Amino acid sequence: MTSLAPARGPAIGRPWATWVTAAVCVVVGVLVPLLNVVTPETSILHVSAVTVALTGKLTCYAIVAVAMDLVWGFAGILSLCHGLFFALGGYAMGMYLMRVIGGEGMYRSALPDFMVFLDWKELPWYWRGFDHFGFALVMALLVPGLLAYVFGYFAFRSRIRGVYFSIVTQAVTYAAMLLFFRNATGFGGNNGLTDFKRILGYSLREPSTRAALCAASGAGLALTYLLCRFVVRSRAGRVLTAMRDVEAKVRFCGYDPVAYKLFAWTLSAMLCGLAGALYVPQVGIINPSEMQTSSSVEIAIWAAVGGRGTLVGPIFGAYLVNGGKSWLTAAFPTAWLYVLGTLFVVITLVLPGGLVRAFSGAGRGRDLMAGWIRDLASKRAASGTSSNVPLPAANLAAPAPPTTVAATDQEEP
Amino acid sequence: MRRLGKPGTWSSRTGRRPAALRCLAAFAVSLAAVLLATVAARADASDYESALHSLAEPSPEEVSRGISGLGSSGDPRAMGVLQALRDGNLLVAEGGAIYLKDAGGALHDALSGAPSGPRAGRAPPVDNDVRRVLLPVLARLELRSPDRAVRLAANETLADRGNDGDAPVLRDALARETDKGVRAAIVSTLAELDLASTDPQRRLGAIDAIGASGSVRFRPVLSALVARHDDGSYSEPDPRVRSAADSVLHSLDRKQMAVDAIAGVLYGLSAGSILLLSALGLAITFGLMRVINMAHGEMLMLGAYATYCTQVFFAAHFPSLMSWYLLAAVPVALITCMAMGALLERTVIQFLYGRPLETLLATYGLSLLLIQLVRSIFGAQNVTVENPPWLAGGAELFEGVVIPYNRMAVVLFTIVVVAFVGYILRGTSLGLRVRAVTQNRPMAACMGISTRRVDTWTFALGSGVGGLGGVALAQLGNVGPEMGQSYIVDSFLVVVLGGVGKLMGSIIAAFGLGILNKVLEPFAGAVLGKIVVLMVVVLIIQKRPQGLFAQRTRGVEDA
Repeated sequence: MTSLAPARGPAIGRPWATWVTAAVCVVVGVLVPLLNVVTPETSILHVSAVTVALTGKLTCYAIVAVAMDLVWGFAGILSLCHGLFFALGGYAMGMYLMRVIGGEGMYRSALPDFMVFLDWKELPWYWRGFDHFGFALVMALLVPGLLAYVFGYFAFRSRIRGVYFSIVTQAVTYAAMLLFFRNATGFGGNNGLTDFKRILGYSLREPSTRAALCAASGAGLALTYLLCRFVVRSRAGRVLTAMRDVEAKVRFCGYDPVAYKLFAWTLSAMLCGLAGALYVPQVGIINPSEMQTSSSVEIAIWAAVGGRGTLVGPIFGAYLVNGGKSWLTAAFPTAWLYVLGTLFVVITLVLPGGLVRAFSGAGRGRDLMAGWIRDLASKRAASGTSSNVPLPAANLAAPAPPTTVAATDQEEP
Repeated sequence: MRRLGKPGTWSSRTGRRPAALRCLAAFAVSLAAVLLATVAARADASDYESALHSLAEPSPEEVSRGISGLGSSGDPRAMGVLQALRDGNLLVAEGGAIYLKDAGGALHDALSGAPSGPRAGRAPPVDNDVRRVLLPVLARLELRSPDRAVRLAANETLADRGNDGDAPVLRDALARETDKGVRAAIVSTLAELDLASTDPQRRLGAIDAIGASGSVRFRPVLSALVARHDDGSYSEPDPRVRSAADSVLHSLDRKQMAVDAIAGVLYGLSAGSILLLSALGLAITFGLMRVINMAHGEMLMLGAYATYCTQVFFAAHFPSLMSWYLLAAVPVALITCMAMGALLERTVIQFLYGRPLETLLATYGLSLLLIQLVRSIFGAQNVTVENPPWLAGGAELFEGVVIPYNRMAVVLFTIVVVAFVGYILRGTSLGLRVRAVTQNRPMAACMGISTRRVDTWTFALGSGVGGLGGVALAQLGNVGPEMGQSYIVDSFLVVVLGGVGKLMGSIIAAFGLGILNKVLEPFAGAVLGKIVVLMVVVLIIQKRPQGLFAQRTRGVEDA
C-alpha cells in the first residue's frame, strides 16, 4: 500500500499551475529557439547553441517526469522501467536517423556502419520501414506502449502492486539492457546508434534545426502536460487517485483497477517514447546505458523533488535536478553523486510533498512541518499494524464513492 | 645464415629446410660416430664421451650431432647433461671440458662428476635449430625419469613435436608406466601419432584406444575423420575406421552430455550460492522488515572493501599470517556492515517505516552516497583482493570440469552463513524478539519488547549478513565502488521469488535460479540465458505474486 498522504491538495487544482507550465513551455518552445536563431551572436539577448541543446534535452526529461507523475503521483505505481520506455522511443527515432544517413557512413554502405562492422549482409526484418520518419515516430510511441500494455496487463491482473511492481519493472529494464548490450540483437550493442547526419532532410549540425528540435520539445511538453491534466481531472483520473489510496475499497465499489491502471500506465509509457524520440536527435546518440536502473530511479527523483501528484512539480524537478547535474558534473565532478544521494534522502525525509507544495500557497512553512509530523504519526500508526499496511488517517476517513475522493483530498489538516 | 636462438620463434620458414638437412646429417654423423666408437671397443663410455666432445664444438651443427649422440648413447648421465643444456646450466671451459651447474650453482665435471672450482667458460651455441633437435631427444630420455611431472612434461613435448618415430619409444614407456595419469597422457599421444599413420590397422587401434580412454578432447579429430570433403569423398578412406570412429564419437557424445549435465548442476550450485549470499541479507531487511533496501548492494561492497582493508592491514603488520587474513576479514566485515546498517536505520530508515516507495528512493540515495564515499576514499578503480594460497587452484572432477577451490569455499561459506542466520533467528533471544516483532508488532510491544531497538538490530543483522556476502564475493569477482549495483536486481528477484518473509524460500529460489541459469548457458549463451532467467522469474511472479513459498493470509491488502 502506498502512503501518499502528502500528495493531497494537488497543485493541479490551482490555476497558477497551468499558467506557470504554459510560461515554461513558451520560454522553452518559442523564446529560447527564437532568440538563438533571430538575434545575432553579439547581441545581449542571444541564446547560445549550447543553451539551446541543454534546454531541449532538459525539456525531454521534463516530459518523462510528467509521464512518471501520471503513474506515480496519481496512480501510485512507482515504475522503474520508464527509462526503458524512454530508451525504446529513442531507439526507434535513432533507427530512422541511422537509415537516412544512407551511404554517407564510414563504410559508404547502404547498411548502418555497425552492421557492416558485424559483416551483416542485409537489414534485419525489424529495421524495415524505419526509412520513413512517420513510421519511426509511430513506432517510438507504439513499441513502448505495446510493451507497457502487455506487461501491465499481466502485472495488474495478478495484482502486483507497490514495491513488488517496482522490483519486477526493474528486472524487465535490466533484462532489456542486457539484450541491447548484445551486438547480435542488432541495435549497435555497446555503442548504440550514433553519428546521425540529418533529420527530414535538415542537417543536425545546423543551429536552425537544433532550435526547431528544441521548439518541438517545448510543444511536446505542452502536449504532455495538457493530456495528463485532462486525464487526472477526468472521472477516470479520480478513480485512479482513489485506487492509489485504497485500492481494495475502490475494487469493492465495482471498479476494475486493471483497466484504469493499464490506461494510465500505457499512456505514460507512450509519452516516455515521445520524449525519447525528441531526445535522440538532440543529443546525437542512444545506447543501452539509458536503460540502466539508475536512469529509471532518477526519473522518480525528478518527480519527487518537484512534488508528485502535481504535474507541474515534476517539470520543475526535471529542470532543477538535471540543470544542477550538468552544472555540477562540469564544475565539481565528484560532488554530483553526493548531491544526488542527499537529494534522494532529504526529499523523502523532509519534503515528501516536493518543492511545489513547500512553496505554494497551500503550505508555505506549514507543509514542511506538517509532513514531518505526519511522518511520525504514520510511523506510529505503522507500528500499530503489520508494517506494510499503514493507513493514513485521511484514507480511513475517505468516503467510499470515488467521485468524492478528490474532494476529501482537499481537506488539509 | 645462422640465426641466433630466440625462444618462441620455432617455425620460421627460412630455417626449416636447412634444419631438416642438418638433422639428417647429424643423425648420419652420429651413427658414424657410434660405429667408430664400437670399433674402439669402449662401447657406452666412448659414445658418451665423443658426444660430449661434439657439444664442446663451437658450431651448432656439431652441438646438434652431440645431442643426438647423447640421446642414443644409453648412458644414464646423458639426461642430466641435456637438461643442463636446455636450462642454460652447461658451460664449456677452455680446452673443451664440459661442466654442469647444479641447483646450488656449483660446477661439476660432466665426465667424472667431480666437483670443480669456479671456471670461466662459455655457453654452447643453442639456437632454434639446436633446440628443435634437443627437445624431442631429451623428451625421449625423460620418459624414463622417476619424476612423474617430468614424464608428463616429456610426453607433452612429444605430443607437440614428436614424429612417427617416437611411437615405439612411447609404447615402451607405456609398458613401463604405472602412474594412471601419465598412462592416460601417453595413450592419447600415441593415439594421435597412430591416427596420422598410413596403416589402417594402426588407425583402428588408435580409435579403440580413444574409445577406451573416453577422453572428449579427441572429438574434433574423430569428427574430422568421418567428415566428407567438398567433393563428397571421405577424408578417411577406410570404411572400417570410419564406422569405428563413428561409434566412438557417439559414445563420447553421450558421455559429454552426462558430464555437461552434472557440470551444469555443480556450476549452478556455485552460482546459486553466490546469489544466496548476496540475497540473504536482503531476505532479512526486506523479507522480515519490509524495508526496500536499495543500498543492500552497497553492503556487499562495504563487506568486500572490509576484506580488502584487512588484507592491506595484514600485509603491513602481520605478513607471516597473510594467508589467513580471510578468516579475520569475516568478523571485520560483519561488524563494519552491522555498524553501518545500524547507523542508516537510526538516521534515515526508521523515519520511513510504512512508506515502502519512499524507502526505495531514500535507500537508493544512500547507495549513491556510499558509492561516492568509497570512491573518494579508495579511488574509482577496482582494488585487488587476492585469494589466499589455500583457495588457489581447483579440483578436476571430470575431464574438462574443474571446480575451483574458491567456488567450493563459497558454497561451504554459504552453508555456514545460512546456519549462522538460522541460529540467530531460531536460537537466540534476539531472534525470538525479531520474529515476535515481525509477526505481530503491537503484541510484541505489549510484551515489553522494545520494537525500535529490535528494528535497529534486525536491520544491522541484515546489513551484516550482506557484509559477509561481500567477503565471499571479493574472492570471486571485481571489488570496486560499483560492484553492489550488479547484484541488487538479482537479490531482489531471489527474495520476491522465494516469497517475502520466508528465508527457506530465498534459499530454494537462489539455488533454483543459479542452476537454471547455468543449465541454460550452454544453449543460449551467458547473456541470453540471463535474460531468459529474468523473464522466467517475471512470469512466475505474475502467476504467483506472493512468491513461490508465500505465507498464506486472508488479508485483502497483502502483497
